[in-house]
Amino acid sequence: MSIWLNGATKVVIQGITGAAGRFHTEQMIAYGTHIVAGVTPGRGGDSFMDVPIFDSVAEAVAQSAATASVIYVPPPFAAEAILEAADAGITLIVAITEGIPVLDMLKVRTALEQRPWARLIGPNCPGIITPGQSKLGIMPGPIHLPGRIGVISRSGTLTYEAVEQLTRLGLGQSTCIGLGGDPIHGTTFIDCLEAFNADPDTEGVVMIGEIGGDAEERAAEYIAKHLSKPVIAFIAGRTAPPGKRMGHAGAIISGGSGRAADKIAALESAGVAVAPSPADIGVTMQRALAH
Amino acid sequence: MKVHEYQAKTCFAQSGISVPPGHAVFSPAEALQAAQKLGGDAWVVKAQIHAGGRGKGGGVKIARSLAEVESLASTILGMNLVTHQTGPAGQVVRRLLIEAAVPIARELYLSLLLDRGAGRILIMASTEGGMDIEEVAAHQPEKIVKVHVDPVWGLANFQVRTLAKALALSPTAAKDFSAMLHRLYTFFIANDCDLVEINPLVLTKDERIVALDAKVTFDGNALFRHPELAALRDLDEEHPAEIEASKWDLSYIALDGDIGCMVNGAGLAMATMDIIKQYGGEPANFLDVGGSATRERVAAAFKIISADPRVKGIFVNIFGGIVRCDMLAEGIIEAAKEVGLALPLVVRLEGTRAAEGRALLDHSGLKITSADTMADGACKIIAASRAAGE
Repeated sequence: MSIWLNGATKVVIQGITGAAGRFHTEQMIAYGTHIVAGVTPGRGGDSFMDVPIFDSVAEAVAQSAATASVIYVPPPFAAEAILEAADAGITLIVAITEGIPVLDMLKVRTALEQRPWARLIGPNCPGIITPGQSKLGIMPGPIHLPGRIGVISRSGTLTYEAVEQLTRLGLGQSTCIGLGGDPIHGTTFIDCLEAFNADPDTEGVVMIGEIGGDAEERAAEYIAKHLSKPVIAFIAGRTAPPGKRMGHAGAIISGGSGRAADKIAALESAGVAVAPSPADIGVTMQRALAH
Repeated sequence: MKVHEYQAKTCFAQSGISVPPGHAVFSPAEALQAAQKLGGDAWVVKAQIHAGGRGKGGGVKIARSLAEVESLASTILGMNLVTHQTGPAGQVVRRLLIEAAVPIARELYLSLLLDRGAGRILIMASTEGGMDIEEVAAHQPEKIVKVHVDPVWGLANFQVRTLAKALALSPTAAKDFSAMLHRLYTFFIANDCDLVEINPLVLTKDERIVALDAKVTFDGNALFRHPELAALRDLDEEHPAEIEASKWDLSYIALDGDIGCMVNGAGLAMATMDIIKQYGGEPANFLDVGGSATRERVAAAFKIISADPRVKGIFVNIFGGIVRCDMLAEGIIEAAKEVGLALPLVVRLEGTRAAEGRALLDHSGLKITSADTMADGACKIIAASRAAGE
């Protein structure tokens, strides 16, 4: 009833002793996430909220059999933290950190090509949640409802907006994934679409894109060829001026590419219903399911 | 982070990349001195602003005498240069670059940038230098040659040869080009560049490769490891509100409308602009107070928006996830009282402790209109701004 994450997933928190790490570890434990270890170099042997802390991810994995990791490490050290998780055999790496230099992410991406067992979500993302079971990240738990809609997004709070609309309509979610707002990131729309399409407990998918890059256009091509379930979308930034970064490092219209209008046209021609307004994301999904 | 052409060229020169001899100046008298120091019989007077299209806008001129250098400098300095990249408001020219004219045989194009889809640095070269590369891409795509650099291997010689051949360079010029491109790639990586664009890159009559122009932007996320580059930031080129916002780590972009927006999260902030426009309003700004906004940052954001004289109404759209709405409401009330709020203010709070936040706003004694949804908020602020504007 989910993709990649469920209540049994054992999780290690990298950067567990920092302010963000501590706060969100508490929130995740309260939600029910099965956190088995934390990592902060030099703090091995300590503990936080009864979670044992290790000096390295490898030690944490050896002791706890964790298979997933959430990273709250500051930007200068975050790229290495991703690599460390992959080398320790972690299969699901969620990088929350915002502000990682893009050249570091180019190296990470190449390094992960050689470590095919490791799936990276993010960086600069809210994380992944399987409602009612487990959340890895910073999203507010209570707005979610267990159910059968998959949610994929490049945004944070706009995703919460969409999820809240779905929940109000009684449309629960199988899994919600924030891909992150950086130009180079791990998991893509297509990876998620493929997984949701194969998941028997997901019956429809909400996709939230924004200006910049061509990930939505690529996703549209994939949807047209492979998706057997209804997909609806919303694209943020119809009114964004070209040449300006709209908050996210990746949200920029440059060289005439990355415009919202082009993304909407590509999605519509792939049969995706695109919500005209951010207030209509929930009802657009509801209508698509009724068809 | 953008830098000026002359700053980029200084960086190039330090990295062994050929640029025309030149000096940055701030007055016509300095321009004259610079030309005298450079010698020769022709000079180029170039406006230094953070926007392309300077030539078409009248910001780049050739002088054939020292007197002409001085007179062109006094014309261009202080002028409001309008190009397709500055927007209709234009940008005031405060600095010039005075360069010795270079004997040009051919104008080429070269750029290095991030290809997001490929996850690689992309190098593009073209024989059609001096033109708008987007035009070339649209009408003569075959004239643009591209290579992707493997981040582990680095720039390979066969790739440089491919580019040199496409540029139809003689063996002598190709050798110079190869050395130059290797240095440029090293510069790009060593300094965490986002973009390096040289248009035109020229082949001189004596078969040398010289960067006649230089557009460089650096990755703002990587400035922590390049303090010397952070010093190149020119605050004159930035909107005052954007500078103030950056002090608070707020993401602010000035737009042309009259409805001020304050939102948490970049995606939601863009969506808020979109919905205002959809209902017939015009957003005055993009403002993201961050997914983890604090009371202080909300107060700073509120002051920045209300200081904008064009703003006729303010729409606050907060989805409190981890952030508590009651805490944000306190920040809004505090700031509204401090600035003596006179503008219509519509607030939509949703998420954690939203009811408590709304109650605080309702009992603040301030004239604040609550909205239940984004759409409701957008409609209310547009109506209130129109009423206030009449």
